[in-house]
Amino acid sequence: MDLYEYQAKDIFAAHGVPVLPGAVASTPEEAQAAAEKIGGQVVVKSQVKTGGRGKAGGVKLAENSAEAKEKAEAILGLDIKGHITRRVLVTEASDISEEYYFSFLLDRANRTFLAMASAEGGVEIEQLAVERPDALARVAIDPLEGVDKAKALDILTQGKFPEAVKDEAADVVVKLWETFVAEDATLVEINPLVRDPQDKIVALDGKVTLDGNADFRHPAHEELVDKDAEDPLEAKAKAKDLNYVKLDGQVGIIGNGAGLVMSTLDVVAYAGENHGGVKPANFLDIGGGASAEVMAAGLDVILGDPDVKSVFVNVFGGITACDAVASGIVEALKILGDDATKPLVVRLDGNNVEEGRRILNEANHPLVTQVDTMDNAADKAAELAAGA
Amino acid sequence: MSIFLDSSSKVIVQGITGSEGTKHATKMIAAGTNIVGGVNARKAGQTVTIAEKELSVFGSVGEAMKETGADVSVIFVPPKFAKDAVIEAIDAEIGLAVVITEGIPVHDAAYFWAHAKSKGNKTRIIGPNCPGIISPSQSNAGIIPANITGPGKIGLVSKSGTLTYQMMYELRDIGFSTCVGIGGDPIIGTTHIDALEAFQADPETDVIVMIGEIGGDAEERAAEYIKANVTKPVVGYVAGFTAPEGKTMGHAGAIVSGSAGTAQAKKEALEAAGVKVGKTPTETADLARELYKAL
Repeated sequence: MDLYEYQAKDIFAAHGVPVLPGAVASTPEEAQAAAEKIGGQVVVKSQVKTGGRGKAGGVKLAENSAEAKEKAEAILGLDIKGHITRRVLVTEASDISEEYYFSFLLDRANRTFLAMASAEGGVEIEQLAVERPDALARVAIDPLEGVDKAKALDILTQGKFPEAVKDEAADVVVKLWETFVAEDATLVEINPLVRDPQDKIVALDGKVTLDGNADFRHPAHEELVDKDAEDPLEAKAKAKDLNYVKLDGQVGIIGNGAGLVMSTLDVVAYAGENHGGVKPANFLDIGGGASAEVMAAGLDVILGDPDVKSVFVNVFGGITACDAVASGIVEALKILGDDATKPLVVRLDGNNVEEGRRILNEANHPLVTQVDTMDNAADKAAELAAGA
Repeated sequence: MSIFLDSSSKVIVQGITGSEGTKHATKMIAAGTNIVGGVNARKAGQTVTIAEKELSVFGSVGEAMKETGADVSVIFVPPKFAKDAVIEAIDAEIGLAVVITEGIPVHDAAYFWAHAKSKGNKTRIIGPNCPGIISPSQSNAGIIPANITGPGKIGLVSKSGTLTYQMMYELRDIGFSTCVGIGGDPIIGTTHIDALEAFQADPETDVIVMIGEIGGDAEERAAEYIKANVTKPVVGYVAGFTAPEGKTMGHAGAIVSGSAGTAQAKKEALEAAGVKVGKTPTETADLARELYKAL
């Protein structure tokens, strides 16, 4: 899960990484009150989970609280790369002498963690990495050893940080590493990390990505989920413990196993090219179980999507037996009754497939069509969606 | 022959007394796997009867190895305890640890991988979040259904479980030397490259099928490896062409961020290395079959 800047800064502050005082606001009035409390010049920043906020007009300087209210009015509701601004962060304006870059992240390729540091921060780091790779130090971190002050100083030296700030910056780096580990983050990034005229080091921005697999040891992370920004169908699926991602097509997809479902989306998109360009409407992995309840819950979510014109149920019976899946579909359609209104194309293969197909044939449900192969079934589902 | 696992493998199950451990130990035994015991520190000294086989439960992997000569461990323990279980297997220097557990925090995986490295990588780790490995009619370590296909000359390495099964099913007319599910997590032990290297060296493997998916750059790196080192025909499949940026598609590792990790980039890298890439699993199987028949 990616966090908003204000959430990232709250986490930084909790671990002793220096940030400027600030408060989050969801109305212009709240922004004004926050600016009042801070006093003097403030910065009003759009809280969206994407980059390029400054360029899009999502970050404004305000001389006083009245101006902060005006700026907040302009920024709230602003669409930045498809992300609507629902909140702004109001922070103290800071004097900046220099801007640096620092992050810890997961390095998949080397199966370890990586520190990235540069004395040239405040710019798009991807661009810096391409244009001036020498200016961006990449230092592998051994998870067994972690980052102590000596290691932090080593990283900062490689990142060409000025001598005058290295010692203080190293303390910040150690705290940032503690944040990375303690919160089970896969990314903690500060860009820019700034030096003010008094040589103090402050995190002016913050980006944090948390590992959902570690939620069991961080009950507090649940509160960081922005329920308002969640797609309603995704929220509904999540409440039912389903692994669902909403997409923008017309063919609803249910399958078992993440790889097979991803593959099913692709196969439907290819088939759609021959049927007016219809596309998959969602990703939904019902996992190994595929009981009637899970099938019904999955169908319920998918049929609740007004864009869906047909549904493709693609199951390979590995551990799951096809007869259980077939019974699940039949039962699910009974549970849904009149709420099931869209045609279902079912492809079953693998474990106990004959029995599974027999059960569906016997049930002879008017909405269900069986097709033997994945490619042909995708074609049928696309055809039905295009014709609807 | 086969890779990583064969009929001489002696297999233990960490978490054998849990529901998943018991269920799959039963299936593994039915598939002919030589299961020689289980591990659960709290139930050490007890025995469990699985598929009419009386198995000892040992207090540690080390003890189990000493008593039974086990060289493979299949790990089913829940995410909370998985890190310690894998470290225990590494410290005991068992030859192969297959980590089936789904949902292990990536910091834990990074930690046990670093630990394995610091111990000289004496333990091959497969997974986590993987279906395991099967050398049909020899041994099955994990949850891959053993009845899909029999032995043959194709080697399969895949990030995904059900796509592995689908591919085994599509090519059941030829059969497989070994099928390895390496898992869909961001940090995994055995990689595509490790499996490619072993298949290249395995005299019983004639054609290699490699299944990848969005996220990371493992497929691109595998492509480079193939170009330089693999002379056997390789067929590829990549899932996730339609996956949008920034959304995790089921597997913790399956995410496109920016231009990194896209299916298109992976397909192009593989094709540039001379790998034939199928558009659908069925087309991929057809390509593999053609290459096999042309040998």
